[in-house]
Amino acid sequence: MTTVHTLRIDGADVAASDGQSILAVATENGIDIPTMCHLDGLSDTASCRLCLVEVAGSNKLTPACTTLVTEGMDITTTSEQLTEYRRTITEMLFLERNHICAICVANNHCELQDLAEKLQIDHFELPVINPSVGIDASHPLFAIDHNRCIMCQRCVRVCAEIEGAFTWGVMGSGIAERVVTDMGTPWGESPTCTSCGKCVQVCPTGALFENGRSIAEGSKAQRPFLPFLKRLGEGLEQT
Amino acid sequence: MTKPTLATIWLDGCSGCHMSFLDMDERLFDIAERADIVYSPLIDVKAYPEHVDFCLVEGAVSSEDDLRKILHVRQRTGTLISFGDCAVTANVPAMRNPIGVQPLLDRAYIENVTINPGIPVSVVPKLLAMARPVHRVVKVDVYLPGCPPSADLIYQSLVDLLAGRTPDTHGARFGR
Amino acid sequence: MSESSATTSARPRRRVVNLPAHVGPTRASAYVCEAVSCLSMQSHDVLLGLGERVAAAGLTDVEVKRVGCLGLCAAGPLVQIPETGELFAHVVPDNLGGIVEALAAAVPGGERVPEAPFFSRQLRIVTENSGRIDPESLEDYVASGGYQALRTVLSTMTPAEVRDEIARSGLRGRGGAGYPTGLKWNTVAKAIGSPKYVICNADEGDPGAFMDRSVLESDPYRVLEGMAIAAYAVGASIGYVYCRAEYPLAVSRLHKAIQAAGRSNYLGASMLDTEFSFEVDIRQGAGAFVCGEETALIASLEGGRGTPRTRPPYPAVAGLWHQPTLINNVETFANVAPIIRKGGSWFAGLGTATSKGTKVFALAGRVVNTGLIEVPMGTTLREIVFDIGGGIVDGRAFKAVQTGGPSGGCIPSEFLDMGVDYESLIGVGSFMGSGGMIVMDETSCMVDVARYFMDFCREESCGKCVPCRVGTTQLFMLLERITTGEATMDDLAQMERLGHMVQRTSLCGLGQGAPNPIFSTLRYFRDEYVAHIVDRVCPAGVCSIEPAPVST
Repeated sequence: MTTVHTLRIDGADVAASDGQSILAVATENGIDIPTMCHLDGLSDTASCRLCLVEVAGSNKLTPACTTLVTEGMDITTTSEQLTEYRRTITEMLFLERNHICAICVANNHCELQDLAEKLQIDHFELPVINPSVGIDASHPLFAIDHNRCIMCQRCVRVCAEIEGAFTWGVMGSGIAERVVTDMGTPWGESPTCTSCGKCVQVCPTGALFENGRSIAEGSKAQRPFLPFLKRLGEGLEQT
Repeated sequence: MTKPTLATIWLDGCSGCHMSFLDMDERLFDIAERADIVYSPLIDVKAYPEHVDFCLVEGAVSSEDDLRKILHVRQRTGTLISFGDCAVTANVPAMRNPIGVQPLLDRAYIENVTINPGIPVSVVPKLLAMARPVHRVVKVDVYLPGCPPSADLIYQSLVDLLAGRTPDTHGARFGR
Repeated sequence: MSESSATTSARPRRRVVNLPAHVGPTRASAYVCEAVSCLSMQSHDVLLGLGERVAAAGLTDVEVKRVGCLGLCAAGPLVQIPETGELFAHVVPDNLGGIVEALAAAVPGGERVPEAPFFSRQLRIVTENSGRIDPESLEDYVASGGYQALRTVLSTMTPAEVRDEIARSGLRGRGGAGYPTGLKWNTVAKAIGSPKYVICNADEGDPGAFMDRSVLESDPYRVLEGMAIAAYAVGASIGYVYCRAEYPLAVSRLHKAIQAAGRSNYLGASMLDTEFSFEVDIRQGAGAFVCGEETALIASLEGGRGTPRTRPPYPAVAGLWHQPTLINNVETFANVAPIIRKGGSWFAGLGTATSKGTKVFALAGRVVNTGLIEVPMGTTLREIVFDIGGGIVDGRAFKAVQTGGPSGGCIPSEFLDMGVDYESLIGVGSFMGSGGMIVMDETSCMVDVARYFMDFCREESCGKCVPCRVGTTQLFMLLERITTGEATMDDLAQMERLGHMVQRTSLCGLGQGAPNPIFSTLRYFRDEYVAHIVDRVCPAGVCSIEPAPVST
């Protein structure tokens, strides 16, 4: 038996079934909440904080991806304050590593670029970090450029939850955090990697890419492997 | 009524933004109707005028020469426009920032050189410790991101600016 | 038994204690502090030397005993003669004559507390056994009233009655946030799932805070008794103490206590001949500050990366292995047995309207009597810093006291007469935290203090959420710019904006609390920030700022 809830999102009355997240209900109703770590089909971690929304009666902001709807919830997905926070988060994602769109394999196929455009970010105010980070190109098919990684950990989750290989993990903490293959073994020497390429497909930026692609050739919608990505891909291919 | 004056300068960039500027093609005539282009790498004027109303700045601030130029230009300019990704984010010139100046010069002028290795000490301007976006050095009034910004964006923004409006940069994005 | 091997290797090297056994009734005793602070000052040699000297002097009615923390860490190694209240400070192993003479002259009587305000102004509940019993002796603990509470609970009370008693006491979580303990226990008791777990959070990580370590080193059985009572009250059967590996002595004493309690049926199956069973094990953390956050602690306990997750669901409903889990701090558990022994109303009669009982504080910084103190809630900062703490070192002027660790704030002198409790601290922009109190004088630069704590948070951020991972680094960069004189007033404004954003959008308490030191120092010491930025001077003379370039 499914219980149905009615709630309000941005002033509109919507219906939702028990167990749905705020994000799922908003998406169903055509309300756009920016996300980055979220990907349909993977578990949610609420780590990018872009989908934070306001819920009436609470002075705390709530992540839409992990918060389940309750009866009578009154949700605001966009406000001046939320937009400001989202812009700052996006800026932070650009500034924590060295993102140089002009020379990126994902140029124009990048969710981070799209997000900046959507939030109309035309420059960065916060301090630049310019860390020295490396590239692992030891794998015959794929490579990772940590300069472009935004630590969304979609690769970690898709590898564990869909492929079941558990190749990707996280090492280090804070700003020095990195995604790694097999506890820091070079990717090319990984005994667990099945070379399925799912991590490359889910990567929102150009951090994970297929070898042999040049600037702006790293379109992620070319080889769909999950049903939802196929649908998404068809939508993208038409444009 | 005299027309507003327009200048462009070129710091540490590839000149791609200026190429995109030229890509306005026949609309350049329209811009020339609306403004006097008084200083630019594209025209033969040696000195930056005393006062310029609008100046497009291409490139990051990477060398002592860049720094001297931008400070000079800022003083003499009404509205300063960061023109393209290198000016806005330091972009490609900033790729050297995590490496450091000395290792970079060693790599370029000594390690990878077979004939007469040596770091140039004259003629070439001295590099600053970091390549920085223009707004980290002087106040910037308008940002036009893009690598390069499209001719359409440049044209529309200039038309707005020259008419005294805040340009609508909706659709502008980093990269292309 | 990987725990035991890790424990053995991490233990400090010490000679075996072979103290001469005294015969007949004890006329006088020498309590030698063997908590980590005094141990690091050779108190173990003092213990052995004193044993030899007492035996050589033929004092067969004198007992020389190892005890837990005596509190006044600044003056260690410490030896106390409880019969006379005499306290010997800075004791060196080759000069013990005075103590032996005092022991020879001591007349038996009741225990007396040293008269110095440091001792007489305290009220000891959590630390009642600290410095009085041998922390490695179950017999000593039982002799001083230990396990009476557990016996009462298991033989005469229902779980609901135990929870009612705790709720009546008004006890609130001593880990910092002050969540009502009785309410938490009731939630776990009502949550559906089996088995349920009890976790003792001993991942104390605030700079300058060592309350939990001291309790575990001085009186480990008390924590185990509290956990067992809690387990009975909420219906749990398995417990873990999550203790940081940097506390080897605490881990070792806790380990011995678990084994001894198990042998004597105070833990394990069919405890005290009842049907109740409760097992406790130790899990050592690798010292990540964020693992003190309950969801990160659980992730670490499960063998994963110590990163927090969003709540709800709260651990009380879905905690360890998604089962209902009670997590309380060491000091919270240490309060449980006395509450059961003396009644919830007794405890509720202590402290202030909203904060009951006592609080243990670690006094550190520029105060004369650095060490560990326990005072009733509502005691003023002035009493703590000047009466108990003995005032500021070198007679300098008091400037501020920092409470609450990296999520806390700096309280200036105008609030010295404020009674300390959960609400009052929040009211002045600080936080109770686990009980660290760092006293600062005029030689402390408040911008530098903020910079220090931001550096700490930046290092300790787990990196999971963006605002904390990147924001703490950027806040640190801005603070560094201020302390080196490179900042502008625009940077200050940007820092405030960024701080609010990090506070509101971070996933867990670490990020949400990280900007607090900035806000509290800005609130009371904004002029110091302005001096760094505009005048390019550090008023306290701490930050080295290059003189302003001469404009040409």
